Amino acid sequence: MELRINQQAYQVDADADTPLLWVIRDDLGLTGTKYGCGLAQCGACSVLVDGNVVRSCVTPVAALVGREITTIEAIEADEVGKRVVAAWVDRQVAQCGYCQSGQVMAATALLKHTPAPSKAQIDAAMVNLCRCGTYNAIHAAMDDLAAGKETA
Amino acid sequence: MNTVLPDVTLDAPINLSRRRFLASTAVGALVIGFGLPLGASRVQAATGAGAERGTQVPAFLEIRPDGSVRLLSPFMEGGQGTHTAMAQIIGEELDADPATFTVEAAPPGEAYVVMENGMRITGGSMSVRMSYPTMRRLGALARAMLLQAAAEQLGVPVAQLTTQPGRVVHAASGRSLGYGELAGRALDMPVPDPAGITLRDPSQFRWIGKPVKRLDAYDKSTGKAQYSIDLKVDGMLHAAVQHAPRLGMTVGSLRNQAQVEAMKGVHSVHTLPGAVAVVAERWWHAKRAVEAIQVDWLEAAADSSVRAMPADFSSDTYRDFLAAQQGPTRDDENQGDVAATLASAKTRVDATYHNQYLNHAQLEPPSALARYNPDGTLEVWLPNQAPDMFRADIAKRTGLSLEQITLHSPLLGGFFGRHFLYDSANPYPQAIALTKAVGRPIKLIWSREEEFVRDVLRPVAVVKFRAALDDQGLPLAIEAVSATEGPTEAIAGKQGDKLDPTALEGLSGKSYAIPNKRIAQIYVKGPAMLGYWRSVGNSLNDFFYEAFLDELADKGGHDPYELRLHLLRDNARLTTLLRAVGELSGGWKRGPFTAEDGSRRARGVAMASPFGSHAAVVAEVSIENGQVKVHDIWQAIDPGSIVNPAIIEAQVNGAVALGLSQTLLEEAVYVNGMPRARNYDLYPILPPSRMARVHVKIVESGEKMGGIGEPPLPAVAPAVANAVARLTGQRIRSLPLSRYTFS
Repeated sequence: MELRINQQAYQVDADADTPLLWVIRDDLGLTGTKYGCGLAQCGACSVLVDGNVVRSCVTPVAALVGREITTIEAIEADEVGKRVVAAWVDRQVAQCGYCQSGQVMAATALLKHTPAPSKAQIDAAMVNLCRCGTYNAIHAAMDDLAAGKETA
Repeated sequence: MNTVLPDVTLDAPINLSRRRFLASTAVGALVIGFGLPLGASRVQAATGAGAERGTQVPAFLEIRPDGSVRLLSPFMEGGQGTHTAMAQIIGEELDADPATFTVEAAPPGEAYVVMENGMRITGGSMSVRMSYPTMRRLGALARAMLLQAAAEQLGVPVAQLTTQPGRVVHAASGRSLGYGELAGRALDMPVPDPAGITLRDPSQFRWIGKPVKRLDAYDKSTGKAQYSIDLKVDGMLHAAVQHAPRLGMTVGSLRNQAQVEAMKGVHSVHTLPGAVAVVAERWWHAKRAVEAIQVDWLEAAADSSVRAMPADFSSDTYRDFLAAQQGPTRDDENQGDVAATLASAKTRVDATYHNQYLNHAQLEPPSALARYNPDGTLEVWLPNQAPDMFRADIAKRTGLSLEQITLHSPLLGGFFGRHFLYDSANPYPQAIALTKAVGRPIKLIWSREEEFVRDVLRPVAVVKFRAALDDQGLPLAIEAVSATEGPTEAIAGKQGDKLDPTALEGLSGKSYAIPNKRIAQIYVKGPAMLGYWRSVGNSLNDFFYEAFLDELADKGGHDPYELRLHLLRDNARLTTLLRAVGELSGGWKRGPFTAEDGSRRARGVAMASPFGSHAAVVAEVSIENGQVKVHDIWQAIDPGSIVNPAIIEAQVNGAVALGLSQTLLEEAVYVNGMPRARNYDLYPILPPSRMARVHVKIVESGEKMGGIGEPPLPAVAPAVANAVARLTGQRIRSLPLSRYTFS
């Protein structure tokens, strides 16, 4: 089957029910998207599908034919994603960093739909788990982004 | 540079930073480093016997033609920011901007044993505090070598030379040379005598003590950071395992091996100690196939080499078992006459506390990548906090010599104590066995479910307190007897000649002026395999002690903040710290009071002194839908002196999050010898919605440098519990609070 990932077409030889996560990590070598739980509990595997955040560990690959998939590897090719990364660096969000690909994807999806989200909207969208406890730094970065603050 | 990659990566792991180095070498941008070519050979060559600790400059530093610095760090980066701290410390003395550093974990080897206690581990909040003078000296030694090289190249006396970041300057002639231009010549310089090295005056520090940006922030925000689980080598196969439901059980037979072998993508099916494994071209196929295996498990043999989990083990019942233990006891602290004071006391306070088992639940599931090379040597990539211990263990298991084993230590996707050497809880023995069996490199990933069934647990204890108050309601005597097993004695499998300090820390070591005190342990060897969890014994014991201290305050009619100040009246450092957290929170205010949003709230206070640092915490809580809501945590922390205030603030936030997680909702429950939870669905960890605002005050007392990764954690739980008691009248003596309903 053919998948469109990061503006490129890939011919993928995988079972229809293989989760997207393992296709992008093992078949395509895009390891920025992380495996954390395999149950859509933690959000480390978050990617964008047609601009919406999706947990790739439970998303069968066959359902994605004809859709536009964006992974963390292409995040800076997106204007909103680039701003998110800049805010993440500016606020020094990451500790171990393992969940941060997913956090950045979730933030990007929110801001693409809602450029100036309210606190409630941020709370509703930013639900990925972080064991290092970077939640306050994530909120600081989101507040900057919601306020349109530019970071270098 | 890209054009040469295929040539240099044929037999090399991809996605590893080494590739960048090799690539740049191959295109002729000759990398002139201090020392020998990268990797084990360089390190072994640098491992001369008899050298003073941390002086073998070439083993640590490579300065590239562009002046950038590559540092091999003795310590692993797992989020705590130690790689950035090392660049700050070394850069300060080397006179090189930390931003020009690339830091990777050093391989095993004597050269990297830099801690003042003669160890090399990443844990115990020890990395910076135990290596600080040594790493400063290392930077200064390297600078001296560059100065000497410049003196020769410019034909001037060393005394006429100075440095500015990244350059040696000859002010008299206006000439200067970049470090990158000097690295080749500096290579030939002997390492100077450490005794002749002068360190920079701390008043002149540019980077130490400043909020220098983390070196890994960008890579970790863009998916570029590589963890063990991400690595790949040519010809690699993937593996997944199914563990025995209880540790110690062994494989009897596989009922459907032929069917599983016929499943799509399956390369082979294997039987391992206490597990079955499937090797496949893709991990997803391996995982699905291994989960499909129907195994007849056998009960553990009497001589099982691991701690066999009994079929009737229940964590709730085990608590009752611990509570029933009467002795024998061993004292850790015994001062005054506790027995007589208790016997004659007019006012007594007795209470029993306990805590829960916890998983590490780091987000990166454990993995190991193993490859035998054609010359019989073995290469292993794995998350670890102690590379020399792991390499020694691999040597023991394989019969190889240390020199035949190359151990790589990638970034850790969280650790919190998970990646020490736990005999039954690491995937690398399985990966090595599988690569040997199939003759190809193997990357084994434990699924989240397989991790939760083998993770070592944070210990539990039942602590019986007895205390006596004097006529003024002040504590005269306190006794704590803990029925528990510490992680160190659990790993050893037996009680040592001396008490396991990790069993009682946080009950022991308190600074309060109580004239009669006794802290003792009843050693109880348990059925669950234990390990170190962020802040270790303090994670439970400070909860017990600091909550019980509030009970004493209440019984004696004293405000708990004022009581602590009174008990610390002769301790200037802790008095300052307690006052600092009071001020930080806008002045001590216990409540209950009505907040602006109309909710009823109260505050609690607690202190802890773990890992050479001291912490004081104030927590503000309310009750929402019967559960505790923590609004704010104020924390004052005194680590003596600091390297990076921004990273400290991040570590306090992280420790508060983990502290809240164990306080509010987290527990590993065992029923019938098996964990109830095998994933985050039934093992909740703190979600963003339960996080508190965190306010941090760093107090630099100037005392000996203490740790930072763990010290901000232990005072969180008791501060919250004390606030809850004030607000609701319910004195909670166990965690997590999700076991209770509040009104």
